[in-house]
Amino acid sequence: MMAILIFAVSLVTLLMFFVSYCRSLMAASSRHELSAEVRDVTGIKEFPTARDYVKAMQLLRLCPERPEDRTGLRAVGLYYDILDMTQRSIARIIPSLQSWAEHERAGCASFAVVALDRCIAFNRESLAREGEL
Amino acid sequence: MPGPLAEIIWYLGTAFELAFVVCSIARKSFFRYFFLNVYFILAMVFSFGRHFVLSGHGWDSAEYTYFYFYTDALLTLALYLALISLYSRVFGELRFSRYLRTLAVLLLLGTAAFSYAVVAQSTERLSTGFAYELSQNLYFVGLVLTYLLWGAILKLGETRTRIVQIVLSLGLYFSAYAASYALVNFADKYSVVRFLGPLVSCLLPLSWTVTIWRHSEEARLVPARLVTVPR
Repeated sequence: MMAILIFAVSLVTLLMFFVSYCRSLMAASSRHELSAEVRDVTGIKEFPTARDYVKAMQLLRLCPERPEDRTGLRAVGLYYDILDMTQRSIARIIPSLQSWAEHERAGCASFAVVALDRCIAFNRESLAREGEL
Repeated sequence: MPGPLAEIIWYLGTAFELAFVVCSIARKSFFRYFFLNVYFILAMVFSFGRHFVLSGHGWDSAEYTYFYFYTDALLTLALYLALISLYSRVFGELRFSRYLRTLAVLLLLGTAAFSYAVVAQSTERLSTGFAYELSQNLYFVGLVLTYLLWGAILKLGETRTRIVQIVLSLGLYFSAYAASYALVNFADKYSVVRFLGPLVSCLLPLSWTVTIWRHSEEARLVPARLVTVPR
């Protein structure tokens, strides 16, 4: 009984720290100014919306991965899936959760678009360096 | 003897611990995060020591049991010091350092006294029992302290990206470790749960390495974005 209680409490704190960790990852990339190139590729006019996440991830798969972005993208990807599941299940009963989850998913999309932007810039630099050689 | 999967997890964990120490030296942050580095250096040394004792005396030997539990208690103590050093960094500007140190020592002594009181009631293997109990209780104290530190970070509007992410990774580690420990207690018939603890231990050095490598000491984030429910 005690083990089940400890397990439940640890799961709650784990979820809380995980959400905060993902938010800190997203906050760290929030000051990034999106380039015109990434706006053209993704079709984003002003700010990324929740729907842009899938598109950004598909484009990221075409782009050679930057190792420093890998762990963050995985964590935010998992967070996005949890939010998606929340929207399809609990959020139907609690409507206020719906808008919160949508806002969070937009944050995930923004993180993925910034990663894509960095990836494009990184590859452009690599090509330029190869050209110089 | 541990199987191949346990060996792989061990190599992975040691590689990540080494990566953190190398990264903090490369990023000129070794002394800034001195206690975090000490924790991983000790973890690597003890890890090799455990392998050495295990190959010399075997899995069920008293030597390995003693070595394992004592090194585990020392490692938990080192992690506790690392956590207190993070407290000092967060509260450093508020000139709380002296009180913090006194409080940390008192809390440690209190935990040790409580562990002794629990173990003193049983007569068998008092010393290993004490090491095990102290380690377990310090983990719990660590989880509570990390939770409080996270609350303080939000309240004080801490903006240093490295500190924020290091504290959050530590919170994730303590919670996941406690969950895996509880899972072993009520679902030990599934052998896979035995690998959860060591796997979770790999994630802490990995996330700290990524943080040190990716963000400079000057990197800042917007504190309002950390609050889960916007006010």
